[in-house]
Amino acid sequence: MADYLLSVRNLSVRFHTARGAVDAVRSVSWHVDRGETLAILGESGSGKSVSASAIMNLLDIPPAEIVSGEILFGGQDLLKLSREERRRINGKRIAMIFQDPLGHLNPVYPVGWQIAEIMTAHGSKPEDARRRCLELLTRVGIPDVDNALRKYPHQFSGGQRQRLMIAMALALKPDLLIADEPTTALDVTIQAEVLSLLRELQAETGMGLVLITHDLGVVADIADRVVVMNHGEIVEEGSPRDIYHNPKHAYTKKLIAAAPGKGEIPAGEPEADVLLDVRSLSKGYGDFTALKEASFTLRRGQTIAIVGESGSGKSTLARSILRLEPADSGEARWKGRDLLKMPPRELLAARRQMHMIFQDPTQSLNPRMSVYQIISEGWDIHGLMPDRAARRDRVTELLVQVGLSPEHALRYPHQFSGGQRQRIAIARALALEPELIICDEAVSALDVSIQAQVITLLGRLREELGISFLFIAHDLGVVRDFADTVIVMKAGEIVEQGPTLQIFDEPRHPYTQRLLAAALDPDPDVQEGRRQAAATPS
Amino acid sequence: MANIQASAPMTEAPGRERLLALPRMLWRDKFAFASAVVLLVVLLCAIFGPALLGDVASSQNLRGRNSPPFDLARGWLYVLGGDSLGRPMLARVIVAARNTMMVAAGAVASALLVGTALGLIAGYRGKNTSQVIMRLGDVIMSFPSLLIAVVVLYILGSSVANMILVLAITRVPIYMRTTRAEVMEIRERMFVQAAIAMGASPGRVILRHILPVVAPTLITIATLDFAFVMLAESALSFLGIGIQPPEITWGLMVSQGRPYLTSAWWLAFWPGLAIILTTLSLNLLSNWMRIAFDPAQRWRLEARSSGNG
Repeated sequence: MADYLLSVRNLSVRFHTARGAVDAVRSVSWHVDRGETLAILGESGSGKSVSASAIMNLLDIPPAEIVSGEILFGGQDLLKLSREERRRINGKRIAMIFQDPLGHLNPVYPVGWQIAEIMTAHGSKPEDARRRCLELLTRVGIPDVDNALRKYPHQFSGGQRQRLMIAMALALKPDLLIADEPTTALDVTIQAEVLSLLRELQAETGMGLVLITHDLGVVADIADRVVVMNHGEIVEEGSPRDIYHNPKHAYTKKLIAAAPGKGEIPAGEPEADVLLDVRSLSKGYGDFTALKEASFTLRRGQTIAIVGESGSGKSTLARSILRLEPADSGEARWKGRDLLKMPPRELLAARRQMHMIFQDPTQSLNPRMSVYQIISEGWDIHGLMPDRAARRDRVTELLVQVGLSPEHALRYPHQFSGGQRQRIAIARALALEPELIICDEAVSALDVSIQAQVITLLGRLREELGISFLFIAHDLGVVRDFADTVIVMKAGEIVEQGPTLQIFDEPRHPYTQRLLAAALDPDPDVQEGRRQAAATPS
Repeated sequence: MANIQASAPMTEAPGRERLLALPRMLWRDKFAFASAVVLLVVLLCAIFGPALLGDVASSQNLRGRNSPPFDLARGWLYVLGGDSLGRPMLARVIVAARNTMMVAAGAVASALLVGTALGLIAGYRGKNTSQVIMRLGDVIMSFPSLLIAVVVLYILGSSVANMILVLAITRVPIYMRTTRAEVMEIRERMFVQAAIAMGASPGRVILRHILPVVAPTLITIATLDFAFVMLAESALSFLGIGIQPPEITWGLMVSQGRPYLTSAWWLAFWPGLAIILTTLSLNLLSNWMRIAFDPAQRWRLEARSSGNG
């Protein structure tokens, strides 16, 4: 029992907020061994990051208070050590990497300097530090190492930055690495690379790895053991395989059921009249081509998914169609009329028929307007529903339709959770009874179980109201359940499009194949099979 | 998660409820309430002061020259002392409130209005319009404001209206630049994009979505500007091109009292105190307003009520 590399025992942390005390974690115990990967799985607000913060002494005390428990590392209780002693352990023996590498790298220093600093701060000579820096960056796969040391964080891509963070964390050969959502902000293909890098490094150094994540796919890919957290408590613990195939706790069952990409693939829609016809749409910013000759056709009642990694031009495509940005050339015919050349009056009428739901509902709802004002704004703009009583009834109806309650109408957006806010955004979109809804990563910012609820809601609305969807996403799993047709984009170009079934079963373009291979499956067995397939040279 | 606030039934008219809620929230913040009272008193002085005390304030009484304050022998009007010509300080401070308020409020309000409007246009419209407006602002800013004032007042003659005009012109660029910078940031926000995608006209986007977010910053600047304008007005009056005696303002009283600071401190002290109290009150009130009009912050003023019962 005492031989674990690190063990957390009965840890309880309470936050004192303006609205009273909140127990962030209650009596949580877990442990990790040398050479082992422990995944802590949970949704936002489950308290999965709190115990890691307590280990690294990153909790802000006063608002937080460690009520009880101990954290044993190499036989010592970290919570009883002095600040000075903990600083010696942090960074040197326990290192941490974060979700947002750009936020954790100092923008005004070159990365070489920053990595060397960690080593000099813990007593290495500058020459040694530099040599080790070169070694590390080569190891984590940064190209052109000599020049890279002199570059600044913003000159690297997201995946490279995460590699830099890993290099920094490994600089002092820690015994334990804590990774807090290390791949959440990355594209699927990059995510797969970073995870396999972590796996290799662990095998080389024999360190313990604690991985905090919300993603079942990541757990299936890398974890030896998994701890499932909900509302500050550990609900279940075991190997990924057991947890996935025989979940015991109701919450785990719900989480696994919510994982996207397991449902039946919808069959292609029969021929209906063409709603939107996009022909060779192009858009550039200076020398950079954001969108190159994109063409597709959307029929009434159809759902088209546009899939691509960041920078592939999928959002630009949607924004150009809605004329939020002027396109350079091409046309987008809405019921036969070109949206890009429409006079303002006609455009106003067209905008009534299509609506957009944005990625982050926190930002897409005006914080100073009540829910009632937000939903009814469309009617103000288009001069509809002058009768106040009728409006109130309709708002009530819409709120109920998206699964909120009527008394929510007088509240303000900040009083809702992320999933509820997205429901408000959907209610706003429905208010004008649109024929097309464009969802720009509408569920990416939400927790898996909420994501599933929102998708179900959208699916229900599609059936009831016959709305067409243009569904932009980077997550293939979500798309698989929801779309009839998939368009795959890369670097501003449409590389492949076809019925969902065909794209998933027989992808033709190498990029689509890579994208599918890189997607993580929540089933550990499937994921292991894929990993081995990828390891054998093809 | 955090939706603790009691939900009001939807049938209630939101407008009327909010009207009642505002004074309640004002009462909850004691500093803001005191500030509102002070400002109300100043406002009443400015409206009724000259009619009630105008004659008393300008009648000389050479036996009461520089008479010390808190001495009731000469009557209650001399409770704050008398000035160098024996005029009662209390009456003069009250009467001066009108000119001071007219110049300061007039200048700040017109600068705020014009500056904000230009800033909104510059921030929302394309590059060319923005360039023209901003260079205009640069021209004004590159001129020493006192120099503009001297030239303009010399040509046009000094009057309250001209003072307002001059002071407003020199303060416009401040509001304009702040507004433009904020608008450029806010118009990229998602909720503005969402409104545009819904078909909202530029006017609607600016007035409904952008202005409410910029307003708190501008109001805070305006309250700080109030003190500055009062002092600038006194500087102009001191140079002899601002308000001329026998008309009085607080700023003018401060500068007239300065030679007597060592012998009769109250000549400059009382009008100075009036300036400080007014600007301080404005500041506290604007601070309260920022919280009261922000839905995400409002609970700070509402929560205390349920806490105290």
